[in-house]
Amino acid sequence: MNPIVIIGGGLAGYTVARELRKLDKAVPLILLMADDGAFYSKPMLSNGLAQKKTASSLILSGAQQMAGQLQADIRPYTWVRAIDSAAHRLELDGPEGSTSLEYSKLVLALGADTIHLPLSGDGAGAVLSVNDRVDYGVFREALEGKKKLALLGGGLIGCEFANDLTGAGFDVTVFDLAPQPLGRLLPPGAGRFMAESLGALGIQWRFGQSASRVEREGEHLRLTTGDGQAETFDLVLSAVGLRPRIALAQAAGIEANRGIVTDRNLRTSARDIHALGDCAEVAGLLLPFVLPLMACARALAATLAGTDTAVSYPAMPVVVKTPACPAVVCPPPMGAAGAWQEAVTATGVRALFRDGEGKLLGFALLGDAVAEKQALAAQLPAWL
Amino acid sequence: MKTYQCVVCGFIYDEAAGDPEHGIAPGTAWADIPEDWACPDCGVAKADFEMVEV
Repeated sequence: MNPIVIIGGGLAGYTVARELRKLDKAVPLILLMADDGAFYSKPMLSNGLAQKKTASSLILSGAQQMAGQLQADIRPYTWVRAIDSAAHRLELDGPEGSTSLEYSKLVLALGADTIHLPLSGDGAGAVLSVNDRVDYGVFREALEGKKKLALLGGGLIGCEFANDLTGAGFDVTVFDLAPQPLGRLLPPGAGRFMAESLGALGIQWRFGQSASRVEREGEHLRLTTGDGQAETFDLVLSAVGLRPRIALAQAAGIEANRGIVTDRNLRTSARDIHALGDCAEVAGLLLPFVLPLMACARALAATLAGTDTAVSYPAMPVVVKTPACPAVVCPPPMGAAGAWQEAVTATGVRALFRDGEGKLLGFALLGDAVAEKQALAAQLPAWL
Repeated sequence: MKTYQCVVCGFIYDEAAGDPEHGIAPGTAWADIPEDWACPDCGVAKADFEMVEV
């Protein structure tokens, strides 16, 4: 029998493998990955400084250890050039050159790329982003001897980095076109509270401003915003968002929208090909967070083990790892009708999103209000 | 009292603090937490935690 093949050695790929092995210890399993195959905690990339993590100390298990644990054939530094879905065959480029590999079932756990702002100037190439452990290592090295940092993007990852870097002694200035941090997740009162709490650490905010040009100035980088203001920094880090990797699937004729389109059983439009994680748009939902990924991994593992299983999403609060301002957000469904009601105190924010009939659809809790996370999450309707 | 860390998201379970939000009283030893308990931040199972030196 041909093996089950998983493309991707990130959290999605490895978690599917781990969940599958809980159900089926025998089915041949191959994981293909572009990197060295070390398993690490990706969410920790944006708060690794406080935990004194280096690129190597982030590793929880190396590829060989993972192969042993999962009883799987793990192939690092292997790229999939093409998928032939009719023939159930992959074309690979790896350490042994170009080869092909037949699969019985294929799992796309390809992840997402960081979005790069269209920047002009000779310093644009020096702008760093951190999407994996290798990037993190480059970033940590680049931080040596630096002090004044610009951070592009004040969303979830941007805020986590800003808090982490400030805690480690760096001067951080955050640029974001929105008028507040976490603009897509927090209502205005909560946004102000977050801005003030992180501001009290020394973080400088440049709201309503986006970088448009980065130029080299000796050892430094001169950053110019869209409205023409310029500041000089030692290093520029970009954290403006993620874009699902869909090119490989599209080239194989697999349907993709914002992400690779799947139904609730994580099935793509091609027979015997599934997708999950940051690359997948599951039943219309693109949720690049850990909890949905875990739910998908469990459902898909059951399907791969022979019991066709649809994924269910309860409402899943997202924890923002900003120790200076603990926050947990459960955004209302996209396009839901309703309104935020915010109760702001000196020590926290309790923001509830209700529809016209008073039904709770989402919440944002900051500071001491985070203690209500479980109680409120239990009142929310399931997402899927 | 020991601490344990979630391999996925870095959440720390501190035996001294427990996890009162999920019905785990302060002082609860790791061994006494039910097997169906999951990481409050990312949902991974108890079996996927590992011990961290304090």
